[in-house]
Amino acid sequence: MAQRIGKVMAQVAMVMNLDKCIGCHTCSVTCKQAWTNRSGVEYVWFNNVETRPGQGYPRRHEDQERWQGGWKRTATGRLKPRAGGRLKKLATIFANPKMPSIQDYYEPWTYDYEHLVSAPLGDDIPGARPRSLISGEPMQIKWSANWDDDLAGGEELAANDPIVQKIGDKVRFDYEQAFMFYLPRICEHCLNPSCVAACPSGAMYKRAEDGIVLVDQDKCRGWRMCVTGCPYKKVYFNHKTGKAEKCTLCYPRVEVGMPTVCSETCVGRLRYLGVILYDVERVGRAAAVKDEKDLYEAQLDVFLDPDDPEVQAAAIRDGIPERWVASARRSPIHLLAKRFRVALPLHPEYRTMPMVWYIPPLSPVVDALSESGHDGEDAGNLFAAIDTLRIPVEYLAELFTAGDPGPVKDVLGKLAAMRSYMRRINLGEEPDESIATAAGMTGADIERMYRLLALAKYDDRYVIPTAYGVDEADRGVIDEIGCSLDFEGGPGMGGMGGEAPFGEASGRPQPASVETFHALRDRQTSDGRSGPARRFNLLNWDGNGRPPGLFPERDQKNSPGRDQKNSPGPDQKNSPDRQDGPEPEARRNTRDGGHLRGHGESK
Amino acid sequence: MSPTTLDYLLWGALPYVVLAVLIGGTVWRYRYDRFGWTTRSSQLYESRLLRIASPVFHFGLLVVIVGHVVGLLIPETWTDAVGITDGMYHVTALSLGAVAGVTTLGGIALLIWRRRTNGPVFSATTVNDKVMYLVLVAAILAGLATTLLSAVAGLTGGHETDYRETVSPWFRSVFYLQPDVAAMTAASGAFKLHALIGLTLFALFPFTRLVHAFSAPVWYLFRPYVVYRSRDEEPTPSTRPIRRGWS
Ligand code: HEM
Ligand code: SF4
Ligand code: SF4
Repeated sequence: MAQRIGKVMAQVAMVMNLDKCIGCHTCSVTCKQAWTNRSGVEYVWFNNVETRPGQGYPRRHEDQERWQGGWKRTATGRLKPRAGGRLKKLATIFANPKMPSIQDYYEPWTYDYEHLVSAPLGDDIPGARPRSLISGEPMQIKWSANWDDDLAGGEELAANDPIVQKIGDKVRFDYEQAFMFYLPRICEHCLNPSCVAACPSGAMYKRAEDGIVLVDQDKCRGWRMCVTGCPYKKVYFNHKTGKAEKCTLCYPRVEVGMPTVCSETCVGRLRYLGVILYDVERVGRAAAVKDEKDLYEAQLDVFLDPDDPEVQAAAIRDGIPERWVASARRSPIHLLAKRFRVALPLHPEYRTMPMVWYIPPLSPVVDALSESGHDGEDAGNLFAAIDTLRIPVEYLAELFTAGDPGPVKDVLGKLAAMRSYMRRINLGEEPDESIATAAGMTGADIERMYRLLALAKYDDRYVIPTAYGVDEADRGVIDEIGCSLDFEGGPGMGGMGGEAPFGEASGRPQPASVETFHALRDRQTSDGRSGPARRFNLLNWDGNGRPPGLFPERDQKNSPGRDQKNSPGPDQKNSPDRQDGPEPEARRNTRDGGHLRGHGESK
Repeated sequence: MSPTTLDYLLWGALPYVVLAVLIGGTVWRYRYDRFGWTTRSSQLYESRLLRIASPVFHFGLLVVIVGHVVGLLIPETWTDAVGITDGMYHVTALSLGAVAGVTTLGGIALLIWRRRTNGPVFSATTVNDKVMYLVLVAAILAGLATTLLSAVAGLTGGHETDYRETVSPWFRSVFYLQPDVAAMTAASGAFKLHALIGLTLFALFPFTRLVHAFSAPVWYLFRPYVVYRSRDEEPTPSTRPIRRGWS
C-alpha cells in the first residue's frame, strides 16, 4: 500500500449481524431504561428496531427529498449539508423548515389509571383511557414507534417504505411471498457527521479519542438544526429541556471496556464492538466521491490495516495508545468490515460515513431450498439461490450499497459458502477449499468468520480498550470513586433535587443515574406529565406496597399497624414513597454492568 | 421643567441598577445555569404557525433593534454633518420604525395566540414565560406608540419631543457615567413609559428564555463543519457536579 498515511484516528464501531436478529426489541427497551426513561424524551428511542420493509422510525425518515438530511455533493465536487449551508441555516434558524413534528415520531401517552379506582359504582367496568403525555388531553392512539412491526398493516403501511417505492414491484406483499427482516438502528457515530455540521452553536462534537458523537448539554442552545442534519434521524429534541439528545454509544461503559447496553443485552448476541483505525485526512475526499455506488469502497479505503507496521507507527505517532493499537488488531469490526467484507454500511449515499455496519440477512434460504427438494446446504444450490431470495437483493442494496447489488451478492455468497464449508467439517468430511475460493475467501478465513458469527463468544464480540488514563484493572467493573448521588443538592447530600430556578429543566444537569432515580420515584407515584403525584402508573408497580392513589384511602384509625411512620408493615417494605425505598435499586442500576457480565454468558 | 428627585432616581440611578442586574445576572446565569440556557423551542409540538410567526417576529425585531442602535447611539450632529436633514431622517426612521414595529407586533401576537391555543405549547409555557411576554409586548406597544405619536405630530405639525434631543443624549450619557437627567426629563410621557418598560425588560432578560439572543450563533459562519473535541478537556467546576473518577 503506497498511499501516504495521514493523521490516524481511532473509532469505536459496531457491526450487527442481521441474520440473527429476532426483533425482540430487548435492545430498545434496555437502552430506554438506561438513557431515555425521563419526561421530555418519552418518544425518544436511541435504539430502535424496524421491520423492513416498513416505514421506520420516525416515519419515512429515509425520504431525504423531504427531510433533507445528510450531505449533498455540489457540482464542484464539494460537500454541503443537504438542508443548506451555513448562511441558509442561520437565515432559517427562527423556524426550522425541515423539522419533523412529534406526530412524525408518535405522540407518547399513558393511561388514565386513576379512573379505574375513582369511577362511580356502576354496571360497566371502568376503562383506562389513553392520555397524551404531551398535552395531557385524552387522545386516540393512531401511531407509535413500531406500529408496523412484523409487517402489521401489511401492504397498506409497508408500501410507504421509501425503498419499496423506489424499487417497486420487486417487493411482494402477498402472504406466501412476503418477506421481512429486522433492522436495529442506533446512531451511526459517523466519520463525517452531518448532525455536527448542522449545529450552529458547536455543541455537538466527535470525540477525538474514540469517535463517539456527543451533544454537550451545557453548550446546546436548542437551535434544533441537528435534528434535520442527521439523515438517520438519530438526534432527538428533548421537549422539556429544550436540548438535543442522542445515542452516546454508552460512553461511560465503553470507557471502562464494557459493551453498550444494547449490545450487552442483545438476545441474538448479534452485535460486535471494536476499534477501527482510520485516516482522518482521507475522510473528506472519500465522502465526496462522485458516484454514490463508490462510497462503500471509498469508506473501506479510509480504514487502515492495524496489522501493517507502518499504520501502527503512524498511530503511535498520532498519540493513539499502544493498548488501542493492539485492540484494533483484534477488532471484530475490522475483520468483518474490511478483511472478510461481510459487513456493509447503512445508507452510504447519505455521505456521512456511518460506523455501524450490517451483515445483511441471508433469509430462510436453506429451508426454502430443502423444501423444494434440493440440498439446502450445497454450495452450488446456495449460490444459485441468492438471485431469487425472498428478500430481494435490490432491497438490501438500497439499504447498504446505494443500490449496487454487487457487494450484497458477494456478502451473501460468503455467508452461503460458510454454511456449506462448515457443514462438511461438521459431518467429518474433508474441508473443501474450492467452496471458500468460489466466494473469494480462504478456508482459514471462513473458519475464523464462523467462530465470530456462529459461536460469537463474548470476548470475540466485544473488543473494547479502556479509555485513555483508565486503568486496565477497571475493565468490567464500574466502581464509583464517590457515590453518584453525592452531588450538590442530590439525595446523597441530603437534598432531593428540589425546585429549579427557571422551570423544571434549568439548573445544573444531573448525572443520568440520579435522573433515573428521581424518574423512578416520580413514576412510582405519578404518571402525570410533570405535576405533583396524582395518578399511579401501573406499569411501574411491582405488586408490593400501597402506592398513593392506587387503592382507596384506608381509615388510619382502624389500622394503626399501617401507620407509615411508626411501624413499617410487611407490605410497606417496597413502598415507593419511602425515602430509602428505591435507593438501593438506583445504586444497583448504576453498577449493573459489573454484574450483568457473566449472567448466562457462555464464554 | 427641572428634574425632581423621582427623575434622578429613574433616569440617574435606575439605569445603573438595571445594567448591574443585566450584566451580573447574565454572568451568574451563565455560570450557574448553562443547561437552562436555550431557546426552549416548541417546534416539535407545532410547526405550521411557528414557521410564519417566529421569522416575522424575529426579523421585525432585528430591524427594530438596528433602529434603536442607530437612533440612540448616533448623535444628531453627525447626521447633520453628512447632510441628512431632520425631515429626511424622521420620515425614514418613522416609516421604517412603524413597519418594523407593526411586523414585530403581528409576529408576537401570532406567537402568543399559538401559545395560548395549542395545547402542548400552552402546557410548556411557564410563569416566567408569561411575565416575559407581558413585558415584551408592553415594550413593543409603548415603542409603537411613541413612533405613531411622533408621526402624527410630524404630519399635523403639532409638537412631540424629538427623542434625538432628549432620550438619545440621555442614553449615551448613561455610558459616559454622567447621566443627563435633565435631557430625559424633557422627553414626553410616552417616551418615558417606553424607556421604563425597556429597562424592566433588560432587568428581566437574564432570567428568562430571552438569554438565547445572547448566544446568537454568528461564529457558525466561520467554523469548520465537523467539530472534534478531546475527551480530556477539563470540565468546568461551575457546571459539572462531582462524578465518577473517569469522567
Ligand atoms: C438574533 C438572535 C436570535 C435568534 C437566532 C433567535 C432564535 C430563536 C429561536 C430558534 C427560537 C425558538 C423558536 C421555536 O422553535 O420555538 C426563538 C424563540 C423566541 N425568541 Fe428569539 N432569537 C433571537 C433573538 C431574540 C430576541 C432579541 C428576542 C426578544 C427580545 C427574542 C424573543 C424570542 C421569543 C419571545 C421566543 C419564543 C417564541 C415562542 O415560541 O413563542 N429572540 N428565538
Ligand atoms: S447517525 Fe449519529 S453521527 Fe451520524 S449524522 Fe446521525 S446523529 Fe450524527
Ligand atoms: S436485542 Fe438483539 S435480537 Fe433483540 S431486537 Fe435487539 S438486536 Fe434484535
